[in-house]
Amino acid sequence: MSRVAIIGVGQSEFVRAYPGSVRELAFEGFKDAMRDARLSAKDIGASVVCSAPEYDKQRSPAGVFAEYLGLNPQPTFYVESLCSSSSMGLRLAYSLVKSGLHDVVAVIGFQKMSEISSADSQERMGRGADIQWESPFGTMMPAYYAMYARAHMAAYGTSLEDLALIRVKAATYGQLNDKAVYRKPVTLENLSNPADRMAGPVASPLRVGDCCANADGSSCVIVASEEKAKAFCKKPVWILGLGAATTSVNLAGRSLFTGLTAAQEAGRQAYQMAGLGPKEIDVAEVHDCFTIAEMMAYEDLGFAKPGEGRDLIRAKATYKEGSIPVNVDGGLLSKGHPIGATGGSQIRTIVLQLREEAGAIQVKSPEIGLVHNIGGVGLYGNVSILGR
Amino acid sequence: MAEKKESDERFKKFGTVSFTSLTKTNDFIDYLENGKIDGTRCKECGRVFFPPRADCFQCLASHMEWFEVTGSGKLVSFSKLEYGPAGFQEDVPYSIALLDYGQFKIFGRIGKDVPETDIAVGMPMKTVANRLPNGQLNYVFVKA
Repeated sequence: MSRVAIIGVGQSEFVRAYPGSVRELAFEGFKDAMRDARLSAKDIGASVVCSAPEYDKQRSPAGVFAEYLGLNPQPTFYVESLCSSSSMGLRLAYSLVKSGLHDVVAVIGFQKMSEISSADSQERMGRGADIQWESPFGTMMPAYYAMYARAHMAAYGTSLEDLALIRVKAATYGQLNDKAVYRKPVTLENLSNPADRMAGPVASPLRVGDCCANADGSSCVIVASEEKAKAFCKKPVWILGLGAATTSVNLAGRSLFTGLTAAQEAGRQAYQMAGLGPKEIDVAEVHDCFTIAEMMAYEDLGFAKPGEGRDLIRAKATYKEGSIPVNVDGGLLSKGHPIGATGGSQIRTIVLQLREEAGAIQVKSPEIGLVHNIGGVGLYGNVSILGR
Repeated sequence: MAEKKESDERFKKFGTVSFTSLTKTNDFIDYLENGKIDGTRCKECGRVFFPPRADCFQCLASHMEWFEVTGSGKLVSFSKLEYGPAGFQEDVPYSIALLDYGQFKIFGRIGKDVPETDIAVGMPMKTVANRLPNGQLNYVFVKA
């Protein structure tokens, strides 16, 4: 069986408010990846455009971007699974290449969230849940994850300080990431001092410092057949395992509140496809839209047993020098979370790590990396395992 | 329940802001107006659903009957919102929560009158119909 590779990665800087249109924003990530892969538009057989709808006015962005990026007359596809859209795009690109339909596919993620107010964007996000039976109660993403945090605390004794440790780690690396929206240091004191903005309440028990920020950004991942990868690229990174799963959108339809079942199932599939287990992962990017999300990811992916995620962060095992480095690019908590672009940015970090081109955040000689990307409140789970 | 032939938009009354007008489960609103919280049960296979639904994925039948939610459930988790999304800013602070009744769970809000210090994961609560200040209808959880 022939393999499928990633031969180029790129992203824009993630910013509060991008001073341009969505097609111009998409161009930034695309240009970065095309230069990385040393390709021209004619080499791209198809494109997959990934975002969550209703943040900007452009309908059917895939066709618009195809023209702007010089990708006519090649076909293009639009993929949406909320915050995991570009990991789902990677899955589509893999299947397009594996099937032989296309040799080289560009996965372009983008989101421009600054065209609407923060309250409006929370309303959009709230409608990524069950609009008939949940949204009329005034739901928003931080509050849903806060319910998981409270359940995790009640079941295992996880503390607010444990969650704060995750934010402190994120900020440690966010300061080193020149694409990140938040690059300031954060201390435990920032999250425990009631007078500090970071400790301000959002949705109990989560504080401002437990939450990632909205951002504008784009990303691009170029996927190729084994033959094209060997022809175009000195350091292809191979897609070893892909997992994708779903669960009930309404919390009323779920049975677990201390972890995300879609992430667990996606992880199981990806490990099985790759023939690998959690102990063989050298570096990981997990979907830390909130601190509790990273804590649950440790456990859902098997880096720790249920309830023992806190031991990893307390021992700094998920720092760069630890046994399982996680989010050493600062994570969503530092980079910001431009929904459709996030998965591609996570993939980019792991590809750079496996190529040993990650600079100041380089983990020592990683062979296998993992990307965990979640859409909605665990509605969609995507796990991708990459190797060099 | 009353048959409303034209533009049955009863579900517009559900919650502070409703995002759904027409649904085959519109009778839920009539029960709610009468102080009752009802789910649906599949007449073919007996599976119960909350939130109510018109179609059964288990046996693919669309023959439902309504049943009234009675008794109490256990509080699975909750969160108090200090900021609200657009359309809900006048409601804050409020707490969203989930109750586990065993055969089904209910997602909703905790009643405004329940003191925050009294709320704990695992406590028994019951679901009651509620009229919001803007005239809309929802249901809230109160101490059992």
